[in-house]
Amino acid sequence: MERNQAGKPASEYLVQVSHLKQYFPVSTGFLKTTMLKAVDDVSFGIRRGETLGLVGESGCGKTTVGRTLLHLYTPTEGEIWFDGEKIGSRESLKNFRKRAQMVFQDPYSSLNPRMTVADIVAEPIDVHKLCAGREAREARIRELMTLVGLNTEHATRYAHEFSGGQRQRIGIARALASNPEFIVCDEPVSALDVSIQAQVINMLEELQERLGLTYLFIAHDISVVKHISNRIAVMYLGHMMELASANELTGHPLHPYTVSLMSAVPIPDPKESRKQQRIVLEGDVPSPLKVPSGCPFRTRCSRATKECAERCPEMREASPDHFVACHHL
Amino acid sequence: MSLLEVRDLHTSFFTPAGEVKAVNGLSFSLEKGKVLGIVGESGSGKSVTAYSILQILTHPGRIVSGSIRFHGEELVGKSDEEMRKIRGNKISIIFQDPMTSLNPTFTIGNQLCEAIEMHTDRNREQSRARAVEMLKLVGISEPEKRLKQYAYELSGGMRQRVMIAMALACEPDILIADEPTTALDVTIQAQILELMMKLQKELGMAIMMITHDMGVIASVCDEVIVMYAGGVCERGTTDAIFYNPRHEYTRGLMRSIPDMSDDEKTPLIPITGTPIDLLHMPPGCPFAPRCEQAMKICLQEKPKEYWVGRDHLSACWMNVKDGICCTERPEEEES
Repeated sequence: MERNQAGKPASEYLVQVSHLKQYFPVSTGFLKTTMLKAVDDVSFGIRRGETLGLVGESGCGKTTVGRTLLHLYTPTEGEIWFDGEKIGSRESLKNFRKRAQMVFQDPYSSLNPRMTVADIVAEPIDVHKLCAGREAREARIRELMTLVGLNTEHATRYAHEFSGGQRQRIGIARALASNPEFIVCDEPVSALDVSIQAQVINMLEELQERLGLTYLFIAHDISVVKHISNRIAVMYLGHMMELASANELTGHPLHPYTVSLMSAVPIPDPKESRKQQRIVLEGDVPSPLKVPSGCPFRTRCSRATKECAERCPEMREASPDHFVACHHL
Repeated sequence: MSLLEVRDLHTSFFTPAGEVKAVNGLSFSLEKGKVLGIVGESGSGKSVTAYSILQILTHPGRIVSGSIRFHGEELVGKSDEEMRKIRGNKISIIFQDPMTSLNPTFTIGNQLCEAIEMHTDRNREQSRARAVEMLKLVGISEPEKRLKQYAYELSGGMRQRVMIAMALACEPDILIADEPTTALDVTIQAQILELMMKLQKELGMAIMMITHDMGVIASVCDEVIVMYAGGVCERGTTDAIFYNPRHEYTRGLMRSIPDMSDDEKTPLIPITGTPIDLLHMPPGCPFAPRCEQAMKICLQEKPKEYWVGRDHLSACWMNVKDGICCTERPEEEES
């Protein structure tokens, strides 16, 4: 996909990932380790100012992609390019850490209970020495708290004094502290109630517009991902199955897995729901330690043939800007 | 006579900080063979309602007042001994997290047989046969082998199937499902919901489906109760609640969920403010502090439930103001 767009100007994509692999050794017995292929040969690009949604079921490797992208794990294989620069060396990482940040899923465990809100938000500022002097630092903390809709008078409070939605705002303020261009949002609204979810989603969208941010939005709730994303990528067992614009992917999914995934989303409308043709997949997702040969989805796919077991399908452009990895299309 | 009739239920937790009114004046009834959905945010009292019915509240929680009638028989005030004959036998429950609700130190078979032996006069062998039959019913392959396995050896969807098998082993009249699919992936959620609906039709039981997901409600429920801060906002048939919501909270909930069929990316309209602090309940409508339509009376007096349709009740002063409600059940359904 993006790897063959050599002719295009590099500036279109802020982040480019090619043939990314992330394996973890797992102990499977006495003196025996097996490689868990959390991410296996994934390539994609994220355009400047866009939101790329990443969906998939638990254990499909979407969180690992997000973390590896930020070099929180050193990739087993593959390259990550950020703004035309290859990420990996010590020097490149130092600058990269300022420009790329992360918002975590659980607003309870991702904030240090012993630190005040001001110190949590200011941590990136302190680490990267972004503010000279105490007053500038304090002014910046106030600015950030206002930006995410927190009361600046609460700067001396501790995280446990806030509700889930407010904690997530603290996490977002911290991510914004170093003026990043790129933010990986790892299930930022999954732990929140519906009414609060909408508040945080709207805020993320506003911040994107105001600060020109680029997001990788990881979530399992497809209706939320569709709402916030320009394009969506679907993952299954460490492989990328399909990548297309949000409307195209939800309206005209091509990969058999995406098709069944879309049909399984419960529609909050009783009449539509009664009409809905569910394609219920048989069985469970195989263990990531025992990924089937060839196409990882073939064990649950109704269209699986001999070819699927022998060869893993490559990502192909099925229609303009719609990439799919399946032998049968 | 309804299968289950809850009248003015009050359940509180007496914490050192004060009384937390988790369920505050809840009334509803559940008919035979129906699926009733209870929807609400965390802390709205939906799980506590379920625990109150089964009386499995943990200290310092207890039922303060109200009545829960099952087949016309009062459950409030029954001894533990008497409740034990109902729990898992006539009324069963499945929980959100199938990992923590199965005992990790016993095999699946052990736990399944225990429930069957406890409530029926089957012996060891017969209950084992029944366990195999139940596992087959919920679509688990190689049931004999599974009986010897432990919970950790099964996947999340599989564990929830085992929980359902256990809950249905004694053919209960009511199955309470407390967020049964929240911990599961969408494709597995579809499997489990389909299974529950199939079994519900086959066995003719009633289901109380507790969830926060409007999508799940829309796809499986006949009737819905919308809860907020321990009380009912609105209850009625699923169609009435979805197509003709008569409470600002329900309307707010609908506006704040992204619409899958919307390709224009219309901005969501969130409900402002934060959920209510149950320790400091306002005197009026609990939703009033977050309600954009709130009037003076909303802050002062708690609204009663009024009929707004033949199968539709709502507790909102707006309906009284607009004169679209009545104290008696209307004869004809309003258009």
